[in-house]
Amino acid sequence: MILYWVAVLAISTLLYVLLDGFDLGIGILFAGARSGAVRESMMSAITPSWDGNETWLVATGVVLWGAFPVVYATLLSAFYLPLLLMLAGLILRGVAFEFRHRTERWRWLWDTSFAGGSLVATFTQGLTVGALVEGLPISNGHYVGGDFGWLSAFALLCGIGLCIGYALLGASCFVRKCDGELRDLGYRLIRRLSLSLLVFLIAVFVIALAENLRVMERWLERPYLLVFPAIGVLAATMLASGIRRRRDAAPFPMVAIIFAAAFGTLAISFWPYMIPFSITIDQAAAPHSSLAFMFWGAGLFVFPLTLLYTAVNYTVFKGKISPAEAHYQRETSHERSAQISTATKEGLS
Amino acid sequence: MELSALLLSRLQFAFTVSFHIIFPSFTIGLAAWLTVLEALHLVTGRPAYRTVFEFWLKIFGVAFGLGVVSGIVMAFEFGTNWSELSRVSGPIQGPLLTYETFTAFALEASFFGVLLFGRQRVSPWLYLVSTGMVALGTTLSAFWIMVNNSWMQVPVGYAIEYGSFVPTDWSEIIFSPVVWVRFPHMLLASYLTGAFCVAATGAWYLLRREFHAEARIMLRMGLYLAAILVPVQLFFGHLTGDYVHHDQPAKFAAIEGRWHDEQPASEVLLAIPDEATQSNRYAISVPVLGSFIASMSFDSKEVGLTDFPGQDQPPVLIPFFAFRIMVGCGLVMLLFAWGGTYLSVKGRIEQNRALLWCTFLSFPLPHIAILTGWFTAEVGRQPWTVYGVLRTADALTPFLTTRAATISLVVFCAVYVFIFSFGTLYIYRLLRAGPMGSLVLPPASAIPNRPMSVVDHSALADTRHFPAGE
Repeated sequence: MILYWVAVLAISTLLYVLLDGFDLGIGILFAGARSGAVRESMMSAITPSWDGNETWLVATGVVLWGAFPVVYATLLSAFYLPLLLMLAGLILRGVAFEFRHRTERWRWLWDTSFAGGSLVATFTQGLTVGALVEGLPISNGHYVGGDFGWLSAFALLCGIGLCIGYALLGASCFVRKCDGELRDLGYRLIRRLSLSLLVFLIAVFVIALAENLRVMERWLERPYLLVFPAIGVLAATMLASGIRRRRDAAPFPMVAIIFAAAFGTLAISFWPYMIPFSITIDQAAAPHSSLAFMFWGAGLFVFPLTLLYTAVNYTVFKGKISPAEAHYQRETSHERSAQISTATKEGLS
Repeated sequence: MELSALLLSRLQFAFTVSFHIIFPSFTIGLAAWLTVLEALHLVTGRPAYRTVFEFWLKIFGVAFGLGVVSGIVMAFEFGTNWSELSRVSGPIQGPLLTYETFTAFALEASFFGVLLFGRQRVSPWLYLVSTGMVALGTTLSAFWIMVNNSWMQVPVGYAIEYGSFVPTDWSEIIFSPVVWVRFPHMLLASYLTGAFCVAATGAWYLLRREFHAEARIMLRMGLYLAAILVPVQLFFGHLTGDYVHHDQPAKFAAIEGRWHDEQPASEVLLAIPDEATQSNRYAISVPVLGSFIASMSFDSKEVGLTDFPGQDQPPVLIPFFAFRIMVGCGLVMLLFAWGGTYLSVKGRIEQNRALLWCTFLSFPLPHIAILTGWFTAEVGRQPWTVYGVLRTADALTPFLTTRAATISLVVFCAVYVFIFSFGTLYIYRLLRAGPMGSLVLPPASAIPNRPMSVVDHSALADTRHFPAGE
């Protein structure tokens, strides 16, 4: 039963990282887009899915609370300020999808909140993972680090790293979903971003060695763990060849596999701890009566149904966005604001 | 009062949850009403029902979106500010909220997609079923939330092991009589919110002499529904009072403003309770009525607040006044609903501009009643978070600093006020543009998971037809 809920939690988290990862990544790249047309295409690439993607964050949160209350309580309270920033970022970027079309004059405001919110949310997520890898100051099962116990150079570096990673996911999504200008931009970005990511990974590795992190010991203890990084390297090679041959479908799944490999690496090197080196899965698990109650309804029926629903949703919206569609959206936004203002005037008269 | 991390966290929770409840309470009622409209359209074939349906579906989309966004914060706030509560009561509250999230996501998200984009793709009956499923989803959401909160009000079906609550009997938790009084009370409140907002919009259009057919439907259906539901709601309110009297005597005494034991007890209608002297100033009270309301007898002894040690007494001012405001709103709503229904049946309501104005201006009443009702329930539960077992002071994250709590409160206030202003402006624009005769076709790029997107495109369709409608 405990293992079942670990699996649900792992699937939800991974899905969240992959799915919201690419749309947060596009949000980050959005800041660099020069022309309005590129921005519209970027928006239309993610509008069908971002809302559903964020639902996985909520699902992860409540499953964590129900199945592993100690971890939920400890982590959320320890990361008080980063989570505040993340929530504010997610709210501001979420409403920007709807509000930026409302207005011509204030569009810059919502564009800023979209790109800024995406960047802040991603950065704080990377930062929390970094702080977890490094190890939170916890004694006797209680966090003792104060307001800024999570803050370290390593955690900040991981924040930047995740921004690069999500941006890479976003760029490979362009190549998959778009044509023309944006596709070319995607290829250029993938090349640059994957090189940056490589530099980042090396830096992380060097710091981990230098600081003698406990995670590293586990690698020496369990050499078979190397299978995950090996998968990652394999995917990276495939990514490189996919880019050379310009196979549009290749980059996204390969980058996704790199992410999954990194996730697997982290998860297995933490095992059996949930909060590294202080709270194990068994210590954190809710009593059997709680887990069983969740299993016989939410776990057995609703969760698989939700997975199915997500899969169907992505099948419906797969394939390239037609230029007409992007054009339609662009046009409507201009027209709409013009018409709303006429309507307003008429409404007043 | 000193601004401690505890007080700031309580303020923050109160602020974020009050902001949040406005939207779900509205959408729960609206979803049920949309189902009725769709059924009426199917049975009678009157196109006006369809127009009204399409119009309110757009409003539903915006309110639903704001509810989702503000709800994400709630899912995290338990852990960030109330880590002790989430640690010790996680085994009970966590699974309940897991069910809430999962059932809501499964029913609302999937069938809401059909609602927005499936009109041409599914049969009318299936469309009606989908509308019903969205309504069921919002209702189930409310159900799990009420189970969760009722457990905090009157904890049952648990044992305490190793310092945390362990569920021993889930059916006792879910089928607790408290749940089955408070859940209908909340559900009726949501229906009334929907009814009054719809009736108010209808009255507004009639006052402006626009959209006559649609406005009549809105006004009549809203008023008729309210005329039936307000008395039922008053009855469930009374039952809720009974559970408080039975299970939370200190809260009951605070609501009644009763400081000392009385036999028979009088009922304080209005007063200014003074917590320092533990007495009421300027009290207007009716003898014996207090015993009658509390115990249905003329000579029962009713307990006063001073029976409880100081550290177990709830604050008095907020529950005392919030309760009276709630009841006052209920009575005014009863007056409007019955008066409006009477005139409507007589066919005179459209000439009675005074009553139309009253109905139009009544739309905040159900919202105020819901908020003050929750203030009564939650502040009256103090100083406990889980009544009688876990104190609010002990539920707080132990190491939360005043600095961090101040920052988060300020950030949440700023962000919420910001998005709330734009969201309200946007709903106002939709309402003012009004229902149009045109049926909105789903745009190719609109999608189920982004409810608000339909508004973009249909707002366009609306404005195109605007001159024709004038």
